[in-house]
Amino acid sequence: MSGGLPEPLAGWFAARGWTPHPHQLAMLEAARDGDSALLIAPTGGGKTLAGFLPSLVELTRADAPPEGLHTLYISPLKALAVDIHRNLEAPIAEMGLAIRAETRTGDTPQAKRQRQRRSPPHMLMTTPESLALLLSYEDAPGIFAQLRCVIVDELHAIEDNKRGDLLALGLSRLAALAPDARRVALSATVAEPDRLRRWLALRPDASDVRLVTGASGAEPRIDVLQTAARLPWSGHIGVHAMPEVYELLRAGGTAIVFVNTRAQAEIVFQELWRLNEDGLRIALHHGSLAAEQRRKVEAAMARGDLDAVVATSSLDLGVDWAAVDLVIQVGAPKGSTRLLQRVGRANHRLDSPSRAVLVPGNRFEVLECRAVLDAVRANTLDGIPARPGGLDVLAQHILGAACAGPVDRDDLYAQVRRAGPYAGLSRRDFEDVFEFVATGGYALGAYDRFRRLKLQPDGRHAIATKEAIRDYRMNVGTIVEAPTLRVRMGRGRVLGEVEERFANYMTAGDTFVFAGRLLEFVEVRETDIIAKPGKGDAPAVPAYVGGRLPLSTHLADRVRGILSDPRAWRDLPEQVREWLDVQRWRSLLPSRDGLLVETFLRGNKHYLVAYCFEGRNAHQTLGMLLTRRMERAGLNPLGFVATDYVICVWGTRSAEDADIPALFDEDMLGDDLEAWMADSSMLKRTFRNVAVIAGLIQRRHPGEEKTRRQVTFNSDLIYDVLRTHEPNHVLLRATRADAASGLTDVRRLADMLARVRGRIAHRHLERVSPLAVPVLLEIGRESVYGAAIDELLGESAEELISEAMETTGTREFGFDAA
Amino acid sequence: MPHDAQTPTTVAIRVAGQTIVLDHSGAAWFGETRDLVVADLHFEKGSAFAARGQGLLPPYDTAETLRRLDGLCRRLKPARVICLGDTLHDLAGEDRLSDGDRSRLAALVAAQDWVWVAGNHDPAPPTGLGGAAVERLKIGDVLLHHDVEAGPDAPIPAGEIVGHYHPKALVRTRARKVSGRCFVADGRRLILPAFGAYAGGLNVRDPAIEGLLSADYRAYMIGRRGLFAFRRDQLAADPKRAA
Repeated sequence: MSGGLPEPLAGWFAARGWTPHPHQLAMLEAARDGDSALLIAPTGGGKTLAGFLPSLVELTRADAPPEGLHTLYISPLKALAVDIHRNLEAPIAEMGLAIRAETRTGDTPQAKRQRQRRSPPHMLMTTPESLALLLSYEDAPGIFAQLRCVIVDELHAIEDNKRGDLLALGLSRLAALAPDARRVALSATVAEPDRLRRWLALRPDASDVRLVTGASGAEPRIDVLQTAARLPWSGHIGVHAMPEVYELLRAGGTAIVFVNTRAQAEIVFQELWRLNEDGLRIALHHGSLAAEQRRKVEAAMARGDLDAVVATSSLDLGVDWAAVDLVIQVGAPKGSTRLLQRVGRANHRLDSPSRAVLVPGNRFEVLECRAVLDAVRANTLDGIPARPGGLDVLAQHILGAACAGPVDRDDLYAQVRRAGPYAGLSRRDFEDVFEFVATGGYALGAYDRFRRLKLQPDGRHAIATKEAIRDYRMNVGTIVEAPTLRVRMGRGRVLGEVEERFANYMTAGDTFVFAGRLLEFVEVRETDIIAKPGKGDAPAVPAYVGGRLPLSTHLADRVRGILSDPRAWRDLPEQVREWLDVQRWRSLLPSRDGLLVETFLRGNKHYLVAYCFEGRNAHQTLGMLLTRRMERAGLNPLGFVATDYVICVWGTRSAEDADIPALFDEDMLGDDLEAWMADSSMLKRTFRNVAVIAGLIQRRHPGEEKTRRQVTFNSDLIYDVLRTHEPNHVLLRATRADAASGLTDVRRLADMLARVRGRIAHRHLERVSPLAVPVLLEIGRESVYGAAIDELLGESAEELISEAMETTGTREFGFDAA
Repeated sequence: MPHDAQTPTTVAIRVAGQTIVLDHSGAAWFGETRDLVVADLHFEKGSAFAARGQGLLPPYDTAETLRRLDGLCRRLKPARVICLGDTLHDLAGEDRLSDGDRSRLAALVAAQDWVWVAGNHDPAPPTGLGGAAVERLKIGDVLLHHDVEAGPDAPIPAGEIVGHYHPKALVRTRARKVSGRCFVADGRRLILPAFGAYAGGLNVRDPAIEGLLSADYRAYMIGRRGLFAFRRDQLAADPKRAA
């Protein structure tokens, strides 16, 4: 044995001049002791190999089982599963091992999938969804009978979301089918490793999961770009800084330019190419692009054929690239953990520091970038509140379990509670979800005669119809995409997909930027947007949205800290200092623990701006609650806009003399919250996702729109009816839980309201303050929420009504007063 | 959120010279004769899905539709209610009506004159509840029936009111697109929105609807609290062509 590695692996390492990393050996040791393990290591440290080493050792031993599935590898990315498979084929071939490794994803041909069930490979690389499907077959016990190891890659990316719930439930079932299988998880650096251990563990105290930490390497070198250009007041794109970003790219090496949204990726890509007089090889990578296109970019990057790639979070995960020299983050990174994970993509050698440059998109983002640097230096990461597993995912899992064979309620409950996110699941919630799966779970048993699960004489429940099995398999998974359309060049190539509502804004002749080029919208045909090359330098506006993350609590706190303390401004650009100085003179600086509220008149509207710094999601909720209160106080609010930093409400009456502390009283989270939540469009969207995941309504599959027209159902209608008639239905409970934990950040809001109590400073101003300018500029650009819909309709309709009244000259369009 | 006090909840329009009030609830109201017209109630649509194994939707759509209709009758006190077809989602729906819903419906029918107009989903009305069953009827010069009649021999009435199409408008506003049920009218024809709690919608810009109207039609969209009028060029089409 050399360095703790047995042959033939030791020889293979030696032939490459490699020495095993300590964490790789630690993973082997954990396996020898029969423990599960969580490996936390930065990119580039042979992390994936560390996960597979124990399995390679076991499978090369003389007493290795000749056949059967030994190791199951699960990745959140289909592409990653494919890459890992390819990377594993090399050592297997070079050592001449008799190990069969295969992938199984949605792309795997039907014949191969059937063969894999009859004769499973030694190692199978798959995704959480494909695992769920495998587990729903009657022959699942046979497939997994020999399983010894499950490897979950990039656990940090799914641990706190519904895909993680689905996988955790799948693992709980696997544990029943293969009690001897160890669990291994690989993760990037996170704030609370113990949370991930609990997620992974079979024992509630997680004592069966060993924590293995890779060497952290050199400290990253991160700078904030000091731009010579004028810093924008608002906007997030960072166009002003592109010449300076281009210079960084020109300086040599390979760079990833990370941005926050897809639209931003398109614009940044265009701007860089406009400047590209040196013929740099710059590519584009984001989630809307066709998979094939993305794979090409990744392959070119891996070969070292690119100088830079402009990317969204689509590149946050994935295989390590050998030679990324620089990471540029355009726009604020929104969280220190995320920044470190992105910077880690440039960590090609553990002994040399990663280099990164932050490019703030506007003045507030300068503060945010400053705050994130402070956080990285202090090594403080963003914690994320733990959330219980989704009841909708549980419903899907129960149906899947029944597809594989009759289920015993008690056994299933016990099994489900062994999944980390469901450890605290109450029997009542379980029973309600079970009943939902069986009959819809409505009061009075209205659908007893249309049951999906039937009680057998032995007390177990069996699936009632073949349709239910088919529906389960068609709808498995927790990712509910907005309906999308493909972007196609004429009758030719598909460039990618955009959300359907993007097309709503287009008429023939409009130009837009997609996949890095200027396109002209021709028409929508079936599920395709037909486009042709756009001409000239037309104003190109990619209006489609990509996921924007809200500012983390931790960073928000740091931003408030910088704002409130002029001593902390020393390193800030001159323009930003001046901006803050004028704010101090004209109004007040927001304090670290308090809340600054400004009111002023501008145009014919009265504005109220509150500097909460709690992130967009929390501000959206606050906006709805605040406007309800202002309405009751007779302040006649008309609408609001929420950014990461502030909430701005406008209306027809001045809040100068209003009781501002009363408006921000904590009790708004009581009745008002209930009332608002029930009526909000955000809750309806959440319900739609819950209803699809739980199997209440079917997913729309591409090309089925016509044939299944009658089957697709407007979930808003269902939501309204269910809320009126059975407000405590389990799916509504699941919806409220989702909204409270994720989308609406109610907890964050509650913490903020409690913190600022008795510390609210109200300034009535003669005119808009410097800090308020950015949010006023966002009005009309950002979405306006909720019940402002009537106002929007009124704005658009009024014109017509007055015009119609004039042109007809009759009372034809007059209003009946009754 | 408040809005200007003048935002109307009803709009009076004229069809073939006759004044008809469009109500925010989705019903049409003949003030002089006190006739209340609602279309496409689609009772028991939820249970129809369940019976076909297409999902266990909340079985409260009939109760909800009845609740809305009952509220409307209490408010307007009509002399007669006209259900303009597709009252039942399917003929078997009658058998799936719960006892409670059935007796609530019977009480409503008994409280004023009641007319069931035949629809494509329900060529025959529910039995044993009273009321008159017709294919079509006239109020003044206005013909009321479920759908327009096609073909060379079809009558061309001076004015007509139909249901069937479930019109829905999509409007581009400053912030985003807003979609909602709507009435559509061009002075001769009025198409009512679907009244049923689970009834979906078809974009007004769809040829199936636009083909029935002259180009200067108006859509009266049902907002949260008010009705809003739009011209054709203010309405967006769905990206997908209707089948």
